[in-house]
Amino acid sequence: MFAEYLPVFLLLLVAVGVAIFMFTMASLAGPKNMTPEKAIPYEAGSNTTGARHIRLSIKFYLTAILFVVFDIEAVFLYPWAAMFRRLGWQGLIEMVLFLAVLGVTLVYAWRKGALEWEK
Amino acid sequence: MELWQIILAALLKIGFIIAVVVGAFAPVLVWAERRQSAMMQDRVGPHRAALTLPGWAVDLVDSTVRPLFAGAVLCGLVAALAGFGIFWEFVFSTEADSTFMGVSHEGLYILGAVATAVAGALFVGHKVHAGLVDAGGKVRIIGLLHPLADALKMIWKEDFVPPKADKFLHAIAPIITVIPAVLTFAVIPFSDTLFLDYLTDVVPRDGVIQGATVPMQVANLNVGILFIFAVAGTGVIGAAVGGYASDNKFSLLGGIRAASQMVSYEVALGLTLVPCFMIYDTLRLEEMVMWQHTHSFVPGFAGTWGIFLPPLTIGFILYLTAAIAETKRVPFDLPEGESELVGGYLTEYSGMKFGMFFTGEFVEVVALAAIAAIIFFGGWDVPFLFRSGFDLPGEWAFTVPLTDWVIADQILLQHWFVVVIQLVAFLGKIIALIFFQLTLRWSLPRFRYDQVMALCWKGLLPLSLVLILITGIGILVLNQ
Repeated sequence: MFAEYLPVFLLLLVAVGVAIFMFTMASLAGPKNMTPEKAIPYEAGSNTTGARHIRLSIKFYLTAILFVVFDIEAVFLYPWAAMFRRLGWQGLIEMVLFLAVLGVTLVYAWRKGALEWEK
Repeated sequence: MELWQIILAALLKIGFIIAVVVGAFAPVLVWAERRQSAMMQDRVGPHRAALTLPGWAVDLVDSTVRPLFAGAVLCGLVAALAGFGIFWEFVFSTEADSTFMGVSHEGLYILGAVATAVAGALFVGHKVHAGLVDAGGKVRIIGLLHPLADALKMIWKEDFVPPKADKFLHAIAPIITVIPAVLTFAVIPFSDTLFLDYLTDVVPRDGVIQGATVPMQVANLNVGILFIFAVAGTGVIGAAVGGYASDNKFSLLGGIRAASQMVSYEVALGLTLVPCFMIYDTLRLEEMVMWQHTHSFVPGFAGTWGIFLPPLTIGFILYLTAAIAETKRVPFDLPEGESELVGGYLTEYSGMKFGMFFTGEFVEVVALAAIAAIIFFGGWDVPFLFRSGFDLPGEWAFTVPLTDWVIADQILLQHWFVVVIQLVAFLGKIIALIFFQLTLRWSLPRFRYDQVMALCWKGLLPLSLVLILITGIGILVLNQ
């Protein structure tokens, strides 16, 4: 276990090193020249109005909830797919039932308008 | 193996990956992207980047141009004369050992061949030289300096942090983006297992090989591709946090769009690959390649690439769509769509921190192309190449005229050479897939955001579920 994951940790160290190196270069090499105009949030030339943290559409929240549901489904599918040939028809029928429940979920969310972004 | 051997092997492989991915693929990608945008959208291509040579070097180089060209012309004339002599010999000569201008039959062949080769080499040298140095003494190397120029420019730009931003989150977001992208390469196999005892020997084609082996991937994990999903899934945090911390409406919108789009397509990306796991019967990437390498459905062919199995042909199209959307690239680049959101979650980033987001994105493109190459295009598998060498279909052998070289259907190769061929084939497949994505990038207009989300939830998700069922039924029916 340790020997298997040791290279992963080494790669993680290297990745962190690369990221920190690039970050440090960014902070050290460039000039620092702050002006009041620069401090204003950049909106392609127009003056900024209102609060910075605006209200967001509820759709983003719904998508996050749907993601939790269906990503868990995907997580259940992986071990089943890897064991598929050993489980045979019985495994397939069981998974069809599981997918049917989630299919109903998707159809319900669809019919309720959770997937509509136009309104 | 001893601990120090494991660490040494891992460090060598990590060095190789960093060199290939960061040192080779990223510049090629930057270059190709510039080149294609220049071709398709009439922009300035990568040729602008140039190194200016000093005056004396320009004079030196210029003084070699005329001799080179003169030499090429002279050798060309000699070759033409020899060619004419050969022609004359064949057509007009009746004597068995005739000569042309005092040169014998064999002499004419040799003279013609050598003169042609030298003329060609001189001409190519002339051309390469003209391509390297144009009128102003600028070395451009077909624009390959551009990635370097990009990197240098980003480093020396001002590193701007908005005064009201959340400093810590603003700083950590680009770091979070780069790390998982690099980490995905841990489980990707670059070639067949290396047998240390057979490096300069021919490995037997069948049977178990004794002796020390080195798997050509950084980590040999039993979770395989799940590791990639787990690590790549954290990439979304970088974009979302960067957008949130920037203290800008458009950054926030871009970040939240990125989060929504990436989590949606993560589900689709995972589901489109499930049929592959069912067919290959494993989660390990190296075993998936081995399956394609050893299973033959067409007589005479050594292996079958996944894309030629009907369910996976559809699966590949679904996977590629989900993969491009997951990397937030055109036509799915809504999180940074400049016509709506200024610069999206990148608006308040400058210099190398901006570059880090792009490095992460590029490395992710390479990683997803590598996964596609492994699962759908046989990874390091080359048609008819076994670990002992090539075994072409049929049984035949012929001798090359005028020599005693024999070419047969069986070509035995030393082990290190086989591994190098596999490595080059794998990298070539990745580059081909990247170029395909780039062509899409510069050809297609951007989607609307509701279309992007509808494509995922109403298109890819149900389709991949149906594909899983069809694949399952197909496997069980065919197995009986």
